[in-house]
Amino acid sequence: MTIETASAASHAAPDLVERQTVTLFDESQPLTLASGRTIGPITVAYQTYGELSPQRDNAIFVCHALTGDAHVAGRHHPDDRKYGWWDGFVGPGKPLDTNRYFVICANVLGGCQGTTGPMSINPETGTPWGPDFPFITVSDIVKVHQALVDHLGIERLLAVIGGSLGGMQVLEWAARYPDNLASAIVLAAGAKLNAQGIAFNAVGRRAIYADPAFKSGRYYGDEHLPRFGLALARMIAHITYLSEQSIEMKFGRKLQHSDELTYDLLKETEFQIESYLHYQGKQFVERFDANSYLLVTRAMDYFDLVESYGPLANSLGKTDARFLVVAYTTDWLFPTPQSREIVRALMEARKHVSFAELDSPYGHDAFLIDSELPMLARLVTPFLETTYRSIGDR
Amino acid sequence: MLAKRLHLPDPLAAVTDGVIMEQVARGSRVIDLGCGNGRLLERLRADHDCTVQGVELDFDEFTLGLSRGLPIIRADLNDSLTSIPSGSFDVAVLSQTLQQVRSPLAVLKEMLRIARRALVVVPNFGHWKVRWQVVSGGRAPVTDSLPYEWFESPNVHVLTLIDFRDLAHRGNFKIVKELPIIGERAVNRAWLANLRAHSALYVLERID
Repeated sequence: MTIETASAASHAAPDLVERQTVTLFDESQPLTLASGRTIGPITVAYQTYGELSPQRDNAIFVCHALTGDAHVAGRHHPDDRKYGWWDGFVGPGKPLDTNRYFVICANVLGGCQGTTGPMSINPETGTPWGPDFPFITVSDIVKVHQALVDHLGIERLLAVIGGSLGGMQVLEWAARYPDNLASAIVLAAGAKLNAQGIAFNAVGRRAIYADPAFKSGRYYGDEHLPRFGLALARMIAHITYLSEQSIEMKFGRKLQHSDELTYDLLKETEFQIESYLHYQGKQFVERFDANSYLLVTRAMDYFDLVESYGPLANSLGKTDARFLVVAYTTDWLFPTPQSREIVRALMEARKHVSFAELDSPYGHDAFLIDSELPMLARLVTPFLETTYRSIGDR
Repeated sequence: MLAKRLHLPDPLAAVTDGVIMEQVARGSRVIDLGCGNGRLLERLRADHDCTVQGVELDFDEFTLGLSRGLPIIRADLNDSLTSIPSGSFDVAVLSQTLQQVRSPLAVLKEMLRIARRALVVVPNFGHWKVRWQVVSGGRAPVTDSLPYEWFESPNVHVLTLIDFRDLAHRGNFKIVKELPIIGERAVNRAWLANLRAHSALYVLERID
């Protein structure tokens, strides 16, 4: 099986990892999406870390957030400067300890980092899907993840963990495949996206639609891509990931180029925060596709566990998985009451649930910030250890 | 301060844990408010086959509880326990904590909202040693069961057994049991309990 190739790579140099791909749902058995359309075959790009135990009971699936990818930790090449997006949390001796656990992360369906999405070739036309790519939902994303887990020969995951859109996938997983996970770790998420979240996504999408280079999504191969719109979408979204406190701490009213205001309306970046947001937008367009952005933000908008499965206590009550729910004090995109709603439902359903609201100035993104990881580790490490032990006891 | 709490065996805690254990039926669903590191819950789960849930505010204690594999909600008892649904437990335990919360009556009401029965252990400031220290020394009392100087005490309220009965009456709770704890034992009835007991365990229910 494919598992061996991954561990072989990790033996060579501990922090080097290879991206793997597998084709699932071939044409004869396509995936039926929530929208009713079908799609297949689907290529899934994923990475694994550590080794699957002989009992196949130590696998942890990491669900990435909106613009993340399968590259959760380590590096692809020895001369890579950047490590994976959660390198502080995943690796040997880290909270998701790859000396003990087998960690899997896959790029989401509809994404643009290797898993089938709008940039992939539509087998019917021989050209990229672009805007014709079928509408996808969080449940579609999780169905593909589960198919990957099946492919890897894992019957029951030790844990599924994720923050933000990743946390939504964790909840969906518990509701849809209640027997397939021993624990669920939900970070900075909610059982639905609230109206405020939809509002910010709407503005981001509007920025893309309004970019003349977008051309209704048919821009692949063009000289000019809808970079302006996509960058603007990222700038808006990025503000929602921060907090009033964190940007005040980091930038305040500091000016970028001089000590004095210029009184020049055409000067676009006077304050440091402006320059920072422009930089974020610019970086983002290098690695992300506008059609994927539209698709995945829509998946997030559509997510509502109650709408899909009825009362939370029923949908989350079917699993025997242990839950760890974590919120952050300054997260205003997924405020703590959204986590409490999940906790309350789990208690109503008499499930094993732990919850903490962690104190952090970093807003929604706190679960990704290196300085905040030790605090999160103090919850996740014992939670995973005791869950793993409880499986052994059975 | 913290090290002391975590590493020295606390004889009083062991006594109260034992007294509480005796009052919890096997297989009950128990929530411990202010569960600390989860010591009592772990015993209830292992020895009494209870389904347990903890609530704790202190982050270090909370993580120690997680290390025991216990489900724990980090919450402040001074806030309402909105994430805990009504009637979801058989028993709610509050051990040596009532005198530390801002509004004891509100907390008792919350306990009987989320559970059918409340087990409350309170220190008795009517104990003769306490009275003696106040009268003879003219100073705020420091005893084995109330080991804090006034300026570092987490206790924000002072009560006796008689006062607690009063509060139960005010809250319209039924005192199913009052067990004065004298030395290391809880007794069903004691002569001069309000003088001799350092603490007492109350079993409360709602009057419907």
